[in-house]
Amino acid sequence: MNGTFLGMPAFPQAAARAVRDGQLRANLRHATHTIRDKRARAVAELPDWAELRAAGKAIKDHTLRHLDRYLVQLEESVTAAGGTVHWAADAEEANRIVAGLIRATGDSDIEKREVVKVKSMATQEIGLNEALAAEGITAYETDLAELIVQLGDDRPSHILVPAIHRNRAEIREIFADRMAAWGRPAPESLTDSPAELAEAARLHLREKFLRARVAVSGANFMVAETGTLVVVESEGNGRMCLTLPRTLISVVGIEKVVPTWRDLEVFLQLLPRSSTAERMNPYTSLWTGTTEDDGPSEFHLVLLDNGRTAALADQVGRQALRCIRCSACLNVCPVYERAGGHAYGSVYPGPIGAILNPQLRGTSSPVDASLPYASSLCGACYEVCPVAIDIPEVLVHLRERVAEQGGHPLERAAMAAAGYVLDHPAALAAAERLAGRTRALHPRRLPGPGRAWTDSRDLPEVPAEPFRDWWRRNRA
Amino acid sequence: MTSRELILGRIRAALGDADEVAEPPLPRGYLSAHAPAEDPVALLDLLHRNLADYRALVHRCTEAELPDRIAELLAARSSRTVALPAGLPASWLSGVGDVELLPDDGSLTAARLDAVDSVVTGCALAIAETGTIVLDAGPGQGRRLLSLVPDHHVCVVRAPEQVVASVPLALPRLDPARPQTWISGPSATSDIELDRVEGVHGPRTLEVLLVKS
Ligand code: SF4
Repeated sequence: MNGTFLGMPAFPQAAARAVRDGQLRANLRHATHTIRDKRARAVAELPDWAELRAAGKAIKDHTLRHLDRYLVQLEESVTAAGGTVHWAADAEEANRIVAGLIRATGDSDIEKREVVKVKSMATQEIGLNEALAAEGITAYETDLAELIVQLGDDRPSHILVPAIHRNRAEIREIFADRMAAWGRPAPESLTDSPAELAEAARLHLREKFLRARVAVSGANFMVAETGTLVVVESEGNGRMCLTLPRTLISVVGIEKVVPTWRDLEVFLQLLPRSSTAERMNPYTSLWTGTTEDDGPSEFHLVLLDNGRTAALADQVGRQALRCIRCSACLNVCPVYERAGGHAYGSVYPGPIGAILNPQLRGTSSPVDASLPYASSLCGACYEVCPVAIDIPEVLVHLRERVAEQGGHPLERAAMAAAGYVLDHPAALAAAERLAGRTRALHPRRLPGPGRAWTDSRDLPEVPAEPFRDWWRRNRA
Repeated sequence: MTSRELILGRIRAALGDADEVAEPPLPRGYLSAHAPAEDPVALLDLLHRNLADYRALVHRCTEAELPDRIAELLAARSSRTVALPAGLPASWLSGVGDVELLPDDGSLTAARLDAVDSVVTGCALAIAETGTIVLDAGPGQGRRLLSLVPDHHVCVVRAPEQVVASVPLALPRLDPARPQTWISGPSATSDIELDRVEGVHGPRTLEVLLVKS
């Protein structure tokens, strides 16, 4: 159960709790709707979006099909550029490598006990911060949202805006109460204005950036041909981590490789617009090994498997490895909007989490076995995905797998029904539209034989308008 | 067995089903640019608009006016100390009066830069469609920390030669071996209730000077 939050209940129970949390739901609803509307506008600016999406999908599929070759090429180019490549088969090995590298750096004690980190899903997936803490090493998260999460002793709830479940008053309280214990305290007079909160974070973290000798990052892309790593971000904490410390350690999933420098022209167009709805994110850093007199003098790349090869072996499910973590699928998902990110029991929430986690971790735990059911199969996630991952297809495929291992009989029936509707898209569209018109009449519990199924699930409210119609209207 | 062999072996086993038939060529039917790549005036206007849209402060001038404009921008912020990358044309700073100039000879530390008011740099190129300036540590751009630590960054873009329309037209002009920083507007966050706040860590003010040569 590597990477599953400890003691995590299955999705339905966790979701039911979240659905009753009014603050959480209001925050999430505001966030997902705002981001998805902006995103639709950013995407509509590019008349060739469909072609870019097709290219993104094809490049990733091609890479996955020859993954061994491209990883070996990447290793050669990174090494030639002055970097060192390490291979980690699982979380435990990756953590051991990183801890060893940190302990081997520096000559003063503090350098061996502290690192700054830029937000990285891979390191969250392997529980790096906790593993380092066990070794007496403190890892400071430097992304504003991650800082909020870390100071609040909390968990991220969204890929892109991890602290979206917190409002400004809560953030002010966390800063005022907790900053002092981690370094520079929050200013006495701190109010809850976002500008003041950001300023407090700037001062608190700058002290750490200027002192840090070791940084840990992830990467959005790695170019096999050149050995270049790419990190996209907004705040500049990434740039701080990637350039100020003497040693840089990047932990990256093996699926993040792309073959050529030119391929970046596709992903650097797809990612910002899909993710933050910007033409380009404020900062993109690209580095190739080490550069004399500029940036870290030591660079280590840790290539992480941790279940990715198991996903690769699944011919239907492997498409999840195309994911570029833009989070667009979260923002359109009616289930995510109500349940929130925590219910998925992983750093990968939402529709992509529902297919990625059971593949990376297997389906033996209750939460992983329930995740393929955490969807209404409405198809909205597939339509927005910039690399065209057919999430509903993989969900149905994984439900079959869970059913084969002796899933709940009612879930088997639900799966058959979903399969029928998916095979008959016209029926799905009609059902959605009908549901939209009658939604005021919808019950919270299913009557009759479906009741057992809804005992642990609230029926999702039906959107006023089917996503397909909304999409067509807004794209037109 | 090393983990390297283990992982590569797992990949080869996972791909056992891969058929050996030739793959179709990658579909690259997307556009190389969305803006009029052949129209320098329109491109410069587009760059100006997109930079401003991302809250960079944009100014235009001629080559001859550049030293005075830089001096004005520094004076407007009461900058007392200015970091300068190696290779920056000395003439650019010829208009500043009572300002301490700190040319980087490799010895400026992050701690020193933290106390510096402004930095002036050139760039490798700018991308009109996305409102992006690209620094690649070449002459006049300097080490990456120079454009990162000070709170005020003045960046000079020469038009038309440094302006390209799009990302696909930018990449072939850049050398992957050089460290690169692509900047689209000042540092920003939307982490607090999705309210955009400028400048969490990078410079809070980005001023771009578009110079017609
Ligand atoms: S599955 Fe697609 S839409 Fe979802 S995060 Fe990944 S790339 Fe984005």
